[in-house]
Amino acid sequence: MSTTVEAPRERENEFTTRRHVYEPHRAGLPPLVPYVRELWRRREFAVELSRTYLRAQHFDTAFGQAWLILNPLLLGFVYFLLVDILHHHKNANHFFAHLMSGLFLYYFIQQALTQSVKSVTSGGKLILNSAFPRALLPLAAVRTSFFRFLPTMIIYVPVHLITKSPITWNLLWALPIVGILVLLTSGLSMTLAAGQVYFRDLQNFLPYVLRIWLYTTPVLYYASEVPDRYKWVLDANPIGSIFTAWSDVINQGIPPSLSGIAVGAVWGVGVFIAGSLFFLSREREFAVRI
Amino acid sequence: MTYRTSFERAPTVSTTIKRLGRRERIVREIEALQGVSFEVEHGKVLGVVGANGAGKSTLVRTIAGILPPTSGRIEVHGRVSTLLALGVGFNRKLSGRENVILGGLAAGLTREHLHEKYEEIVEFAELEDFMDMPMNTYSSGMYGRLGFSVAVNMDPDILLIDEALSVGDAKFRQKSFEKMRELCSEDRTIVLVSHALGSIEELCDQAIWIHKGELQMEGEPSDVIHAYTTFLDVGETAVTMEDI
Repeated sequence: MSTTVEAPRERENEFTTRRHVYEPHRAGLPPLVPYVRELWRRREFAVELSRTYLRAQHFDTAFGQAWLILNPLLLGFVYFLLVDILHHHKNANHFFAHLMSGLFLYYFIQQALTQSVKSVTSGGKLILNSAFPRALLPLAAVRTSFFRFLPTMIIYVPVHLITKSPITWNLLWALPIVGILVLLTSGLSMTLAAGQVYFRDLQNFLPYVLRIWLYTTPVLYYASEVPDRYKWVLDANPIGSIFTAWSDVINQGIPPSLSGIAVGAVWGVGVFIAGSLFFLSREREFAVRI
Repeated sequence: MTYRTSFERAPTVSTTIKRLGRRERIVREIEALQGVSFEVEHGKVLGVVGANGAGKSTLVRTIAGILPPTSGRIEVHGRVSTLLALGVGFNRKLSGRENVILGGLAAGLTREHLHEKYEEIVEFAELEDFMDMPMNTYSSGMYGRLGFSVAVNMDPDILLIDEALSVGDAKFRQKSFEKMRELCSEDRTIVLVSHALGSIEELCDQAIWIHKGELQMEGEPSDVIHAYTTFLDVGETAVTMEDI
């Protein structure tokens, strides 16, 4: 360790292995390229962290997996009963498939956000005692819930077959749709994780927000059923168009509206960029505030 | 390095809203370190002494890159290992093994390196039977032993130790002191924060004394310690030289 006397001044560089330079950040942001490089280099940590949590939930045993699926499955039945009594869908089978696929996808977002909101504040000692790109913490939570989401899709397959939902090439659209949602969820996760450092009751508000978000997303109903005076809710909802597209490709077997996908992608990329910039600009303060 | 501390115990939206009308200024700035400038040659052992709250731990954390400097520049050449240690024990619900692996990965070590070192760490900490138990079952001595063991067995270029020589029982203290002596004799840079002035005098090549965030003195360990104890008006007794 030495202060520079004759050595040429180097740009600030936080996380490299050999030579570290720490300076106050000018615009509040760390240099992005080395940050991302280091984030990628230490991805093993996020992987291991998320594996550890999954293991703690007995994700590695058959019964543990069944248990994880049981919750969204039962909730699916509850909602189905509720909505079907209220609404009498002509094709109840078909609606059931729509409800299940939508709920499972929404569950991914919900799990990721509830996990990641406390990811930084519960990192305590780790944050106080080692320097690493903090974004790994919320991203690990997103990974955890993604790996909990995948088996629910396997559960969905028999539902899809039994309800005789269409099987077409349009199903492949599911991949970019999930991709966009992963981006959006990661961005939101980072925002919430950083926000929780400043406002510790964020995680108490979150369940209510998530409940309202579910109700304003076309999961418990078809997007086409939304009355005109409520159309704006669907348009204003960042995931409104993307869940409409999800139902289109999975349950109707039709290609999604490209404008819908585009709107969803803009939201996804936008939220991801905004969320990660917010997180990065704040992350150096975490050690002081925890 | 300036801290902005808030008086609130836990910042929440609800208290922020409730406080809105009252116009209280709740932020107070504390300059934990001001104008501290020094240099440590590669391979030297630096001792840091100072009263409680002088800024010693802040200094160590800024060197480790955990706390950002408000102004100035810190340059560190080499891989740093901090004690207490690599965040080991950050999640008390996880087992010792998981904490060691996760802490190591966060610090930028590779999985292979960790697996190589793992046995050594456990053996040194003498916790063979406890590694698969959650860390909230550990006693504070076991906690400290594991942290110390991780830090010293990671082969860091630079080792930052913050008051950790007093972990464990007499036997472990003996062992950790031996290990420290061994590390100090190797070609490694070490920053040692301790109230055990005797160990600083014996282990370090140079020492600094920080008082209220400012560099009070820099020089030979014996001189610095002499000045420090004179200042504190305690004298170099057995009690001040080793923490008991």
